[in-house]
Amino acid sequence: MAFFEAREVGKTFGGLKALSDVSFTVNQGEIFGLIGPNGAGKTTIFNLINQFYPMTTGDILFKGKSIKGMKTHRICHLGIGRTFQVVKPLKRLTVLENVMASAFCRVNTFKEARELALETLEFCNLMSEKDKPAKSLPIAGRKRLEITRALATKPELLLLDETAAGLNPAELDEAIELILKMRDRGITIIIIEHLMKVIMTISHRIHCINYGRTIAEGTPGEVANNPEVIEAYLGESYA
Amino acid sequence: MTVFLQTLVSGLLIGGIYALIGMGMTLIMGVMGIINLAHGQLMMVAMYITYAAYTFFHLDPYLALFVAMPGLFLLGCAIQKYLLNPLMDVETIIPQNQVLMTVGIAIVLTEVARFIFSSTYLSVRTGYSTKVFFLGGVSFNWPMTIAFLLAVALTVALFWFLLKTDLGRSIRAVAQDKEAAVLMGVNSRRITIITYGLGAGLVAAAGCLLIPIFYLFPDIGRPFTTKAFVITILGGMGSTVGAIFGGLTLGIAESLGATYIGMSYKEMVGLIIFLMVLIFLPGGLKRLTKV
Amino acid sequence: MKRNQIINALLALVFLLFPLAVTSDYYRHLAILALMWVVIGGSWNLLAGYTGQISFGHAIFFGTGAYAAGILADKLGLSAWWGLALGGPAAVLMGLIIGFICFRLRGPYFALATIAAGEICRLIAVNWESMTNGMVGILLIQSFRSKVPYYYLALALAGASLLVFSRAMKSKWGFYFVSIREDQDAAESLGINASLYKNLSLAISAFFTGTTGAFYMNYMAFIDPEVVFSLPYISIMAILVAIIGGVATIWGPAVGAFIMVGIQETFRSAIFGLAPKWVSQSHALVFGLMVIFVILYLANGVVGDWPKIKRLLVRSPKTGDAAWLSLKRGKSERPSEG
Repeated sequence: MAFFEAREVGKTFGGLKALSDVSFTVNQGEIFGLIGPNGAGKTTIFNLINQFYPMTTGDILFKGKSIKGMKTHRICHLGIGRTFQVVKPLKRLTVLENVMASAFCRVNTFKEARELALETLEFCNLMSEKDKPAKSLPIAGRKRLEITRALATKPELLLLDETAAGLNPAELDEAIELILKMRDRGITIIIIEHLMKVIMTISHRIHCINYGRTIAEGTPGEVANNPEVIEAYLGESYA
Repeated sequence: MTVFLQTLVSGLLIGGIYALIGMGMTLIMGVMGIINLAHGQLMMVAMYITYAAYTFFHLDPYLALFVAMPGLFLLGCAIQKYLLNPLMDVETIIPQNQVLMTVGIAIVLTEVARFIFSSTYLSVRTGYSTKVFFLGGVSFNWPMTIAFLLAVALTVALFWFLLKTDLGRSIRAVAQDKEAAVLMGVNSRRITIITYGLGAGLVAAAGCLLIPIFYLFPDIGRPFTTKAFVITILGGMGSTVGAIFGGLTLGIAESLGATYIGMSYKEMVGLIIFLMVLIFLPGGLKRLTKV
Repeated sequence: MKRNQIINALLALVFLLFPLAVTSDYYRHLAILALMWVVIGGSWNLLAGYTGQISFGHAIFFGTGAYAAGILADKLGLSAWWGLALGGPAAVLMGLIIGFICFRLRGPYFALATIAAGEICRLIAVNWESMTNGMVGILLIQSFRSKVPYYYLALALAGASLLVFSRAMKSKWGFYFVSIREDQDAAESLGINASLYKNLSLAISAFFTGTTGAFYMNYMAFIDPEVVFSLPYISIMAILVAIIGGVATIWGPAVGAFIMVGIQETFRSAIFGLAPKWVSQSHALVFGLMVIFVILYLANGVVGDWPKIKRLLVRSPKTGDAAWLSLKRGKSERPSEG
């Protein structure tokens, strides 16, 4: 039984096919990269996994059970957390309150939530910002807050949507460090990323899609040398 | 059968005027993204202007159009400039501040009218107020018919303005994508001021057209605000074409409701349609034309 | 923390002793009205200020509670206590129906749907004459001659509501309400059942508003549809009470209730009989002007804008001007609650 499996998932918006027959499996404890040019359908896959909208065809299984048609908040309780590419902080709340709000997914009292939130902030190196309102954070802080918040729901599988975009090199290294730290904790990660430096160094396996279809899957080395992938990214003449 | 036809015709005629009311509200909705809950009250002000012009200067209500429309246009511009636009800069937890403001304006307009004219029912009875003509067994009330035709003429003029003039195009641009319009050099503040003025002017016209038929009192604005708001939702927020169909639909539905269910439920028909549309057809009639 | 507790205890004492110190029925009546608005304003604030579901239709719950109490007494001959006990649950039931319909919609659409729902309720109360007596209204006999029992009932209700709201906002529920207000999609992805918690917030809000409605029925002994289902004087007044005091603060609506009732009564009584009589007839106009003034200059309320107001009152006229300007623009940051 695979830890996580997408079976021939497809999504149509109106008449537009955003995704067709995408299949992949993710093993427990691995970092699974999802790449593809802009508009290839990567974020759509995440939105289908956490059920922001229903899939048109196919099925998604988590720990052997179908999660098709579940409500978004149930997905989180099952143990699948996610971050957003366009960060969605709870703006007028402080950083700590943001994380506490999500910690309530696992605990019930104010005290426990505060403890879990502080612990998670510590883990993510965000302790110094805890009393600032979320909207005052710079982009790197907001991206980190996204991860911290998702982590406070104690996920077994974490979906990271471009958490490294817009960061400077120093911040980038910190982000990579954090992702590896989470993996060491035993959290399985599916990551969408444009920066090859990040995705190639941390992923165990990479799945590449273009125009909503799978074009390659394999280790970073295999995918990087796949002519179709090179064509998708750089154009035909480089293939 | 004649009863049915008669009902349909009177619904259609009043629906034409409703469309005029609805279009003003829709324009405001499209550009500012707010529902103007003072819309009927603006019409009430126009009706009092018409009444005053008729009583003191013996100006025919249809000629009073040329006084009431510019007057309300200016009033609308002032409201937008001094009361609604300043709210855009204020950051608050409640995003519906502007809507609330229009409620305040509605109350003030009603009470000022009550202060000046008291709560008495007033009417403008012209020679043609009760005249009718018949067409195939169905009676047509003259003032209603004239009102309908003038409403159609004004609608055509509005469309010409929106489609063919630079100002009209700017208004449509802001309604479609405010940020892009601003980047293209459109002064969006100015556009909102003109749009609110235009909306007020249109509803003023409707007031002039209705005054030979309706009694006038300070609270008459409220049911018309409700109607305008039903039409706007029914037609699809911000869609002027939708507002025309919304207005006609509401007119006919009310007329059918009054004939077949009962006079007292007339107001409720509109609100129930409104809730049904919100639930089952969010986006209004406009949705039906697109896939 | 200690200082707050002392202030709270003192406040409670003042309110408990109020009817002993003030024997004028007129002022007791005003205090009862203000306490009622503490409850309604706070209820609106829970749903709109904290949960972000802007209701323009709180008269629905007030009216439902009032009519439930009135019909139980008038048609079934039950005692006023039954009305008081069942007015809240009746409003909750109505709230769940409204929620079922209106929560499909978000943001401004929700606000619009509540206006329409409020108007429909009013029209039903007008037209369903066999049950509601239509425009004639429902007339009961008061249970108590004195205002004192009513005062303590209203005080208990206000106290209970403040306790429930502040407890709720410090718990998981409060965090969930505010999360939904800030970003419903993010909240859902963090495991928050937005639909459940929106309905919960609505139910609490409706319960207190409905109970207040039932209290109003018993206290005033007369209701009609235009009064209890009024868009301006119940629904909008509820919003104004919360805004003038401070949206999304626990004490804001309570402060706002006393301010609003105070101002309204000042004008209704023509500035205590000092001004000419026409002033008293203009109280509706004053209400409208208040709406406009509050939104333009006090959008964050007395509690929310307190630092600015303090600056305005304390500093020299010159800096006072600057403070006035910043007050006008409303650029202040609100400390987040909850």
